[in-house]
Amino acid sequence: MKITVEEVAHVAQLARLEITEEEMRLYTDQLNAILEYAARLDSLDTSGIQPTAHVLPLKNVFREDIKKTCLPLDEVLANAPRAEGGMFRVPPVLETEEASQ
Amino acid sequence: MSKYETVIGLEVHVELATESKIFCSCPTAFGAGPNTHVCPVCLGFPGTLPVLNKRAVEYALRAALALNCHISSFAKFDRKNYFYPDLPKAYQISQYDLPLATGGYLEIQTAGVTRRIGITRVHLEEDAGKLVHAPSGEYSLADYNRTGVPLIEIVSEPDIRSPEEARAYLEKLKSILQYTGVSDVKMEEGSLRCDANISIMPAGSTRFGARAEIKNLNSFKAVQRGLEYEVKRQAQLLDAGGKVVQETRRWDEDKGETYTMRSKEEAHDYRYFPDPDLVPVMVDETWVAAIRQSLPELPDARRHRYIYELGLPPYDAGVITASRAMADFFEAVLAEYPDAKTVSNWVMGEITRYLNASNMEITQSGLSPAALAELLKLQADGTISGTIAKTVFEEMLATGHRAADIVKEKGLVQISHEPVIASLVDQAIAANPATVSDYRSGKEKALGFLVGQVMKLSGGKANPELVNRLLREKLQ
Ligand SMILES: [Zn+2]
Repeated sequence: MKITVEEVAHVAQLARLEITEEEMRLYTDQLNAILEYAARLDSLDTSGIQPTAHVLPLKNVFREDIKKTCLPLDEVLANAPRAEGGMFRVPPVLETEEASQ
Repeated sequence: MSKYETVIGLEVHVELATESKIFCSCPTAFGAGPNTHVCPVCLGFPGTLPVLNKRAVEYALRAALALNCHISSFAKFDRKNYFYPDLPKAYQISQYDLPLATGGYLEIQTAGVTRRIGITRVHLEEDAGKLVHAPSGEYSLADYNRTGVPLIEIVSEPDIRSPEEARAYLEKLKSILQYTGVSDVKMEEGSLRCDANISIMPAGSTRFGARAEIKNLNSFKAVQRGLEYEVKRQAQLLDAGGKVVQETRRWDEDKGETYTMRSKEEAHDYRYFPDPDLVPVMVDETWVAAIRQSLPELPDARRHRYIYELGLPPYDAGVITASRAMADFFEAVLAEYPDAKTVSNWVMGEITRYLNASNMEITQSGLSPAALAELLKLQADGTISGTIAKTVFEEMLATGHRAADIVKEKGLVQISHEPVIASLVDQAIAANPATVSDYRSGKEKALGFLVGQVMKLSGGKANPELVNRLLREKLQ
């Protein structure tokens, strides 16, 4: 597996990271080193092994549907750089950028 | 036959009616002050752990089984990463490659034809918060009360072939979900939301065209109108030798058109990965069986029963069973007054008219099944005429009084005493000589007018059959 500079740039953009040309080359090399190391696993024969979807040997951990007290509003907003009318004030977002869920 | 064939797939988000959120104990109730239904978990504070709400899973399973889905024996949660301030964690917990349920269907009836629409998957996820944009455009405000409210996403196969079918699919989906009791499914209040993928292709083709995803379809009407607009737009593009671009578009209800929001490629790079904070959900046969057992009779089964056991016309059966509350009401009346056709006529006629005019559900009307049954019995035993029954019905809704009391108070008992009616008939004949001679010269229709005159003279209380008979006898 070989990761390209373009892919690093793309991922950086998705993660909203601003990185220099130099950093981009550095991270490309570093990421490739990590991926090459992990690629050693490819040499193992895993044909008889179930894919792992989760590393913990647990399943079905639930809570009952009971509502409890929430955080007081002043604590909710305690770390907010700016607030207004009980809401977090954030940089403007355009309607057209609205992400889907 | 049109030159193009339309292909539509719908993605529907439904809010589950749990008390608390999907991964924390904050309440889901509407209408609280901004950020008063939040905690460190749903605010995405570092070091917190989400724990899955068992009822949310049960509701999702109920919905999935009612939609004929296969329940996965192994499901997991994934993080869908994107930056938008309605998500404090910068990811939404959703399900990617191993959803809770797959491969279901529902059946729609349009123009008397029944069609099966496939359901690709049903998965659980969390809702996002609400943003308010400052009118100046300088900033936005975030309220995270809705963040973490449990949703199911129901994805259809691209089996829908017209905007009308899309609407029928949504109406059926709403009805099924309402029967299962997992959501209050109110599109106006946002507890049911719909996005549509739509493309057109030359009739007879099997290769789908490039599709547009349409957002902001906020009502059943908007879904149909928005898709009708889109079919036209795409056909005009192709006719002019152009190409449909794969993109997300937004429906503008006021202008009646869709417009480009953003191109699809980049925005859909969500870099899903398994959420390490949540363990897998494994649903065994026993659990599935218990939930299947607890499902009520669903709209299609009920509709079928009304048609084949009660003898109702398919249209009436469809309308009554669309709402569980209405069908329950219908059956409760039937338990005391077992004439399905008459009860159905009242439900489809007077009651629906009243509910539409007052914008109410049957449960809000204050009308009890017993009260309606009493009214129908008074009509059946001849105490009141059909016309008077309608007057009494209006009075019942206005005052909440019982039918028998209204009839007594207002002196509305039907007049079936022959000499009284005979004298009214004489009066009507004497007062309308022209109509009388019309009738005698063969104009059968003139009789209807005279019957009306007698009814009027009696204040609507005369027995219509008796009026008819006496008029005919006297005009011989
Ligand atoms: Zn919370």
